[in-house]
Parts: sequence; structure tokens; C-alpha cells
Amino acid sequence: MSRYFTDEHEWIDVEGEIATVGITDYAQEQLGDIVFVELPAEGTNFDKGDDAAVVELVKAASDVYAPISGEVVESNSALEDEPALVNSDAEEDGWFFKLRIADTSELEGLMNEAAYKKFVAAL
Amino acid sequence: MRYLPLTDTDRQDMLAVIGASSIDDLFVDVPAEARLTDKIAGLPDHASELAVERHMAALARQNLSAGEAPFFLGAGAYKHHVPASVDHLIQRGEFLTAYTPYQPEIAQGTLQVLFEFQTQVARLLGCDVANASMYDGSTACWEAIVMARRITKRGKAILSSGLHPHYVSVANTMAKFTGDVLAHEAPTLDAATDIDALIAGIDKDTSCVVVQYPDILGRIADLTPLADAAHAVGALLVAVVTEPVALGAIKAPGAMGADIVVGEGQSIGVGLQFGGPYLGLFACKQKYVRQMPGRLCGETVDAAGKRGFVLTLSTREQHIRREKATSNICTNSGLCALAFSIHMTLLGERGLRELATLNHALACQAADRLSQVPGVTLVNDSFFNEFTLILSKDAREVVRTLADKGVLAGVSLGRLFPAAPQIGNGLVVAVTETVTPEDIEALAKALEEELV
Repeated sequence: MSRYFTDEHEWIDVEGEIATVGITDYAQEQLGDIVFVELPAEGTNFDKGDDAAVVELVKAASDVYAPISGEVVESNSALEDEPALVNSDAEEDGWFFKLRIADTSELEGLMNEAAYKKFVAAL
Repeated sequence: MRYLPLTDTDRQDMLAVIGASSIDDLFVDVPAEARLTDKIAGLPDHASELAVERHMAALARQNLSAGEAPFFLGAGAYKHHVPASVDHLIQRGEFLTAYTPYQPEIAQGTLQVLFEFQTQVARLLGCDVANASMYDGSTACWEAIVMARRITKRGKAILSSGLHPHYVSVANTMAKFTGDVLAHEAPTLDAATDIDALIAGIDKDTSCVVVQYPDILGRIADLTPLADAAHAVGALLVAVVTEPVALGAIKAPGAMGADIVVGEGQSIGVGLQFGGPYLGLFACKQKYVRQMPGRLCGETVDAAGKRGFVLTLSTREQHIRREKATSNICTNSGLCALAFSIHMTLLGERGLRELATLNHALACQAADRLSQVPGVTLVNDSFFNEFTLILSKDAREVVRTLADKGVLAGVSLGRLFPAAPQIGNGLVVAVTETVTPEDIEALAKALEEELV
């Protein structure tokens, strides 16, 4: 399994043709207490960059974009009752949704963990 | 909190900062012909308070007001007795001048009232959750239609022929801008509602069915089959209540499966007031709360663990994400909601039931007596405090003639449905607790004379 990162602070785990998407620990820390996550329905097709999910805070909301194109095969239902999972475990149990990857070449422009760490340090 | 008016110096300083030379500079984008350049014709520059009072009193004397005559007008606005304490309490400065309660630390009183109001409305309408109110029943009804569009991602709403025509009119105005398709026809003067026709009209493109309960003719139908039929194809049932007192006697729409229940709260705590300001009620199932428009107050605990109230789920509102807001309504009818809440609190559950029982009993008396008048036929086989009569002549004329005789007989269907002359002999008669047996007799006698 390989993990990629985007400059929109999303992480992507790729396993075969399925990508699991979430937001990074840095992102959740910047956002603060997450009170709700609106997730895409199974079967939704995304082009890279489409609005895919919404993270809600008490007085703000932030969009999460599809890092690559694909079809949603699963959303993390655990976040319905426990959105705070994104705060406590952003890069594991707090995942958002899984995509069936449409075009693996879209992964090429993304960062690996070391590059993302450098990217964040420079912010 | 203190409110300090601006001085001329303050204004000049502010204008200097933004680079404007006068207040008028801020209005240059308003077309010149729309701006007032001179005095308003017929309006004096100033007058003494006494002179103004005399003038207004003289104007008021030209009206035949609701309290001065036997009064049977309803059709969406009802004359009920509002306890004197309501008007007194809502005028407390803490309520009357309160600003939008965005700062919970200084707005606990206002927020608690909204929370109590929401609780009362949710329980009354039989729903999980209610918002802090809308402008009025008609705008609440439209907001329910667009909410159904957001939830179902469909744009075809079916409006019952028993829905108040003014509500239909507001929905049509708004639908011009959203592209929603609204199906609606004028009612027929039958005892049965159009529930079966509505069920037959539902298809996979239907976002919602909007039904009034009791309907514009006063008829009451079980909404359960309609809710089931809507849900079977993924559509929603929107129920509209224009007379909330009815829910002290009949089953709440939420308990019959309605997904969204909206209405006009004017009956409770708010006077007729020449038609406004009124009070929109809005409630729905918990699972749709994030798609609900308007302001919502929630209960929480503060840092010390003490109970407190805050505006919640604010991300639905336009000051957070304008382009994705559920509605451009980010306010509520605060003072009318307060009046509703105080009146409802004074009534209590038992008091509301008693009030509803009294309304219905008087309406039954009136229906029995008026049905005996030659040339009068009762349409309804079910009603709460309002029913429809078919007269032997055009009801609009009858209403005018009776008004000249000092009896306010009801609302004619010709007035409500000017484009449907076939129901022009229909008269909608409302009978609340403010009606006396003598009033009923006066109306019966006046109709006997008129319909000979």
C-alpha cells in the first residue's frame, strides 16, 4: 500500500484499484473541533478537484475535494455519530471515503509523506 | 447593553474614511427617479402628537374593525383572544430591543425563549425539531418546497387544491427563480379532500406533496396514506397548518408521517394586525435538520458544566457559506415567536385542548344554525373551527352587503380564487372562541334576509 498527499491537505492510500481518502493530521489541527462531516453517497462519480465532502466546525465549514477521479464505493459511516474521530485519528480511523480509481496517472503529481512534511513546514 | 446614537462628527469621520462626502453619495446606484428629493405629497413636515392621534383615530373610525362586529373571517388569519399579559411581557426592553443572539454570553434570555418556542412548535406539529421561526406561513411553505428539492434532488412539487391560494401564489413567485415545477388547481366544493387525486399524481419525479391541514375549505383528512404514497417513491410529504389551535384537538401532521410541517403561528399570541407581521412555523424530522432553513437554537453546557443555549448548526446559514446556504432566511420573527411562546405557556397543554374544544363546539353550533338558512348548504363533513358554505348567490356580494349591515360574514371563495368563478358561491366561515351565540344568530338572520 502506498500513501500520497495533496496540497489541499488530503491523504490517499492506494490498494489495488481502491483509494481511501481522508484529511491530514495537520488539516484537522488547523480546523479545530469538527462537529459534522458530510460524506458523498456511494456510487457518486468524481472528477479530480470536485467538491467531495464538507467538514463542519461550529462557525465555519470547509470543503474537501476529490484528490483524483473515481467512483465512491464506501463512506465512513463511523463519522456520522462520531465526527470527532477526524480530530483524534485523522489519518487512520477518521478516513472519509473510498474511491474506485478511474485513472492511476492522476496519482503521479501527488506528494509522498516526506514531500508533504516539507510542504507543511514551509507554510 | 447601551445603544449610543451617532453624532454629526462621527458621521463625518466615517464618511472621510471611506472617501464619501455625504450620506447621499452612498446611494448613487439607486436610480434618481426612485429617490425622494422632496416632501411626500399630502404628508405634512411635522405635526403635534395630539393632532396625529386625532387624525389617525378619524381614519380608524372609517374601518369596521374585528372587535366591533360579529366576526367570522379566517382563511389563514384568525381572531383569537390573546391574554393581556402577552402584550405586556413582550414589551420588556430586554426582549423588545434584543439584537440577534449571536453572542450567547449576553443573550441567554433571548436564546432560552427561542429554545422553548422551538420545543413547543415541535411538540405541537408532531415533529422532532423546529426552527426559531420564519416570516410567515406562506414563506415557510415555500422554504419547505425548496428544502424538499434539496433533499430529493427533484424539482416537481404537487400542491393540494386545498392549499391556501396565497401560499400557492408565493410559491409560484419564488419558483420562477429556482425552476421548480408546481402543479396546482383550484378546489371543488366537495366534502372529500383531494387526497386520492394527490396520491394518483405522485411519480418518481415528485419532490414533495404539499397539503394543508385543515385545508382552505376547513376539511380534515388523514394524511397517513398520502405520506406512505409519497415515501414509496422517495418523495416527501409537506403539511401546512394555518390554524395551529386545531392541533389541540386533531392529530398532528408529524404523527401521520409528514416529513416537514410548516404553518402560520398567528393564532397563538399574535393579533390580526392588518395581516402582519405574522409568524412562520417550521419543523421537520431529525434526519433532515441540516437541510432546514433558518435559525436554530440548541441546548449545551458552558465551561463550568452549566446549562446554556446557543445558535447551532449555523453552517446552514448564509453568513457562513453564502453559496451553499440552505436559504437566504437567516433571521426569525423574534417578537411574534416570543408572543406565541408566552401565550402557549399560559395555555399549557390542557388549556390548548380546552381552547380547541371550545372553538370546535362553537363552530358546530354555527354550522348547524347556518345550514338551516334557506339557500345555504354546508360543504364539509369534517372541520375544526372553519367550514365552507355554498350560498344561493355570489358570496362576494353577500359579504359586502352583510358588512354594510355590520356583520363580517367570512371570506368568499371569489376573493380567494378570482380565476375560479365556478366556486364563487362558496363562503369560508371561521368560528373561534371570540364568537358568541348572539353573533351566530346575527349572521344567520343577516343571511336569511340576504338570500331570500
